[in-house]
Amino acid sequence: MTDAAFNFAYLDEQTKRMLRRAILKAVAVPGYQVPFASREMPMPYGWGTGGVQVTAACLVPEDVLKVIDQGADDTTNAVSIRKFFVKTAGVAVTEATADASIIQTRHRIPEHPLTEGQILVFQVPIPEPLRFLEPRETETRKMHELEEYGLMHVKLYEDIARHGAIATSYAYPVRVEGRYVMDPSPIPKFDNPKLDGNPALMLFGAGREQRIYALPPYTRAISLDFEDHPFRPTKADHACSLCGSATSYLDEVITDDRGGRMFVCSDTDFCRSRREAAE
Amino acid sequence: MPLAATPEPSAMIEVRALAKSFTLHTQGGTVLSVMQDAQLRVAPGECVGLTGASGAGKSTLMRMIWGNYLASCGSIRVGTVDVARADPRAILALRRSTLGYVSQFLRVVPRVPTLDVVAEPLLTLGRPEEFARAAAAALLSRLNIPERLWQLSPTTFSGGEQQRVNIARGFIHPWPALLLDEPTASLDAGNREIVLTLIEEAKRMGQAILGIFHDAAARTRVCDRLVDVTAFTPGIAA
Amino acid sequence: MNAQMPPPLLTVRDLTRTYGSRIGCAEVSFDLYHGEVLGIVGESGSGKSTLLSCLAGHLPPDSGRVVWDGTTDVLALPEAARRRLMRTEWAFVHQNPRDGLRMGVTAGGNVGERLMGAGARHFGQIRAQATDWLERVEIDPDRIDDRPRAFSGGMQQRLQIARNLVTGPRLVFMDEPTGGLDVSVQARLLDLLRGLVRRMGLSVIIVTHDLAVVRLLADRLMVMKSGRVVEQGLTDQVLDDPQHAYTQLLVSSVLQV
Repeated sequence: MTDAAFNFAYLDEQTKRMLRRAILKAVAVPGYQVPFASREMPMPYGWGTGGVQVTAACLVPEDVLKVIDQGADDTTNAVSIRKFFVKTAGVAVTEATADASIIQTRHRIPEHPLTEGQILVFQVPIPEPLRFLEPRETETRKMHELEEYGLMHVKLYEDIARHGAIATSYAYPVRVEGRYVMDPSPIPKFDNPKLDGNPALMLFGAGREQRIYALPPYTRAISLDFEDHPFRPTKADHACSLCGSATSYLDEVITDDRGGRMFVCSDTDFCRSRREAAE
Repeated sequence: MPLAATPEPSAMIEVRALAKSFTLHTQGGTVLSVMQDAQLRVAPGECVGLTGASGAGKSTLMRMIWGNYLASCGSIRVGTVDVARADPRAILALRRSTLGYVSQFLRVVPRVPTLDVVAEPLLTLGRPEEFARAAAAALLSRLNIPERLWQLSPTTFSGGEQQRVNIARGFIHPWPALLLDEPTASLDAGNREIVLTLIEEAKRMGQAILGIFHDAAARTRVCDRLVDVTAFTPGIAA
Repeated sequence: MNAQMPPPLLTVRDLTRTYGSRIGCAEVSFDLYHGEVLGIVGESGSGKSTLLSCLAGHLPPDSGRVVWDGTTDVLALPEAARRRLMRTEWAFVHQNPRDGLRMGVTAGGNVGERLMGAGARHFGQIRAQATDWLERVEIDPDRIDDRPRAFSGGMQQRLQIARNLVTGPRLVFMDEPTGGLDVSVQARLLDLLRGLVRRMGLSVIIVTHDLAVVRLLADRLMVMKSGRVVEQGLTDQVLDDPQHAYTQLLVSSVLQV
């Protein structure tokens, strides 16, 4: 598989070149959605085809890969993408956030702080934050071009009008370096503060929509809000039932059919390492 | 200029050598000449009555002064504006502040309450709404329009009531020049008396009034002079 | 004794737009002043909608000049500046409220959008202004969180007007604003528009084929035929003493208004 006569990590030479160009452009223009010629991947749309292409384009043999889905390393999607790269690139894999050089993720940013040199690759279903209210692609492009972002606040206005507070709890839009408004993919808004000024490189790949965008290290990414309804990252008001963390993002787990439930860290690596350290 | 000559009071409305013809494009381009060499002066405080048989051109002359009929040649000075030559904006400004018109027809947006219809000229002049409504209410009371009708649109009123609404609109502002087209036509004796009194008061305030009155007694009472438009009818005068 | 006349709000010179060999509108010139309502009438295909689209920046003309407020050459503006002009100082009221409203957004959000587009970031203030504007267009403020889908045609049109006027524009383009409405609803809208024009000192360019509407709303009238202006003047003069053959035909073709 890794015979030198062939390209490393699944993609053919031209595809890899095209993807890397798109990624470089995305890094050069933070928050801007770069169109790219998304290829068929051996998995259906919605299963991370955009993320897989970005990861494949970034991978070098020395990389250590971590793949998570909703914070967990052991869910179907994460397991199959990790296996895919083990098979096609032969890279080392890990579940430890700190040990990974590339992390492909769906719907979370790991709890363990990222560091310089790490790359976080997001799987993105709908890259266009304005799509909710403006269905025309020509018009949304124009709005980005001319920084006409009033519509973004209409969405938040609607939230407050209907629910009394900004009810958008994931895919919460951010303004990147005071320029482009960006959809951070469906991460919980709890994770939004981690986007801002993060030392790691963050890349976003939308396979079906054929867009790549990026937050280079230490880029400003401010969550949109109103003066009288400021942005608030929220999480379930509990501590993790397993590791006791009061600060990590929690999943609610139904434990029986009599209303029993528990809250546990959505980041499985974070939770396990805390429990191991406590032992 | 001889000092002894008494200067004629300068006219508020002055029509000179006015002619009017209609070109009927829908009827093979027939040219209908309806007026020529019309002359007229109305001084402040004066009421001049237009006379002449029906169709002789009384209303035509009045409309030309109002500006909704174009003059073919000649001049129509109202205050400082020559209506025959002024651009639409100047005529609109003239109508806002200087020239009033009580026509035989009430043209209003349906649904608008009578009180607002009457107050509108003052609102257009930028007067406060309270003031305009109070003035409208006073005039409507005086013209015997019952208060219960004030919040209704005048489009549902009888002919006599509509006429009085129109008159109220025409007298709500002391226009220096005022055109009256049959102001007493469909009024009963009591209301006719009120309108004639309004005209007399307007004259005392110095308004220059040009009117058409079919009612001979009314004409005699309020008009200082009469002008027979038959003299301006082509073919008859010639 | 003449005070210095302010320049026209909008100066249009020789505006021409063709569709291939067919004329959309040709050599249209006029001045529009502060507080004036200009009616444009003509039958379907006379070019009045093309003209309105060219003026409002929805369609680039082939040639001609449009000058805003005495100095701004509208057609030479960069797109960003032109769009900013369109959503602050200008407004456009569509015939069909669906074209001018966001049907999936609440009445308050619809009215607030232009404010947020202009940088408003205080929810309470945006909502207060939206409430005020709903009242001004005679929509019960209790309906601020309803979507326009739940509104009648007349209410939708009034909401569209509120949404457009909330930023205090100086020039409003209207394309058949009373078309498709019941006669009684039309009257209410006309009354509302007249009041807003007077109170806000708005200038309006209104395109319609309804002579009764322009009689009651417009100060001046332009009559278009085959893409050209065949007659213009004071509204009641054009309607009562039309000079051009086409205008005479137009006026004589409708029921007395």
